[in-house]
Amino acid sequence: MSGLTRDEMAKRLARDIPNGAYVNLGIGIPELVTKFVPADREFIYHTENGLLGMGPSPKEGDGDPELINAGKRRVTALPGAAYFHHADSFSMIRGGHLDLSVLGALQVSSGGDLANWSTGTPDAIPAVGGAMDLVAGVKSVYVITQHCTKNGEPKLVEACTYPLTGVGVVNRIYTDLAVIDVAKNGFQLIELSPGIEFDDVQERTGAPLLNVEARTT
Amino acid sequence: MLNKQIANAKESVEDVFDGATVMIGGFGEAGSPIELIHALIDHGATNLTVINNNTGSGEVGLAALIKEHRVSKMICSYPRTANSTVFPKLYRNNEIELELVPQGTLAERIRAGGSGIPAFYTPTSVGTPLGEGKELREFGGREYVLEFGLTADFSLIKARVADTHGNLLYNKTARNFSPLMAMAGNVSIAQAQEVVKAGELDPETIITPGIFVQRVVEVNHPLLESALVAAGETYP
Repeated sequence: MSGLTRDEMAKRLARDIPNGAYVNLGIGIPELVTKFVPADREFIYHTENGLLGMGPSPKEGDGDPELINAGKRRVTALPGAAYFHHADSFSMIRGGHLDLSVLGALQVSSGGDLANWSTGTPDAIPAVGGAMDLVAGVKSVYVITQHCTKNGEPKLVEACTYPLTGVGVVNRIYTDLAVIDVAKNGFQLIELSPGIEFDDVQERTGAPLLNVEARTT
Repeated sequence: MLNKQIANAKESVEDVFDGATVMIGGFGEAGSPIELIHALIDHGATNLTVINNNTGSGEVGLAALIKEHRVSKMICSYPRTANSTVFPKLYRNNEIELELVPQGTLAERIRAGGSGIPAFYTPTSVGTPLGEGKELREFGGREYVLEFGLTADFSLIKARVADTHGNLLYNKTARNFSPLMAMAGNVSIAQAQEVVKAGELDPETIITPGIFVQRVVEVNHPLLESALVAAGETYP
């Protein structure tokens, strides 16, 4: 059984973003979304360190060390871009002005709780960045992640065991195996990846999964 | 005539006292006032509480200040970054205190502190370890945590252009926390690549009004933290 590649996951997610959306992409798989913007749409990317209208990274060695993204990599500013300070940037986030936040995850619970900032191990250096603000304030929160950890443990669980980023904040999850909504009554399957069966996903999910026919919303 | 320009970085930080709270602008190296930080290392003030988004990289700038054991407490949102080794080592040895604050809460606490607002409620961190023990209040059916404003004895920031009244313009994403820290610092010190006479900047374009800035220092060619780290440079 093989599900979607990281690129295919990002491409699948990009299909669901409407034209003109203001989007904040987390570090890692979320960043791949920029490669798959449908030809008839334009997304405006926000980076919390003070830029709306973020463009792709310049060639290695080019660019300005003071024009970077939240991952501290050099980026570009597209026509129509704007710079602003951190309080304005998080007013956009917390004030509900951004349409979509795409984040990675360590765990997501069937109630939409997200854990993505710390494994809670005693020697880990805790670092949270803007993740808690994003999930608290952005209109929609999509998680994009492998369905299971490298050790095969489910990332979609009944209750998170890692420290939480936010409570009841995740709307939808895109994995290599499926697209799943966090519905009122738990994980709701929306779509299986090609060649994947319902049972394959349920076996790898740590909470009951409602099949497509059970969809109520 | 009002002229806030100081001759050099060394003189601009010479009244920073032991135990002071110091805000330092920058998001990673973007906007980090590295010459002012190095002047602060030379100056010798210790037992500082430092507020910055990160903890520096390599062994220059903020990381060097921490390595010299001048910082007893960091208030930040993301203390580990690529090439960030100094802080993690001291933290694991219990040689430095950390107050971890969500990035947007950190920004708002600084803005509030500089704006005469002692505290505010935010939805960020409700139900998480960073919201534990904080006062909760419900507004419109949703819970919020109480967070307190932050002020500082000194703020060290970096600008692209300053004028002699302290009006500032920044460069791209190097702006980040600096306009907020300028407001929240009792003495706010800006290094700028160019200092011009008051009147030479278009008032419509000013990002930080000069009232928030007490001292400006011209540093024409600021060092680049990533280049120093790549070259294995250390400070002092």
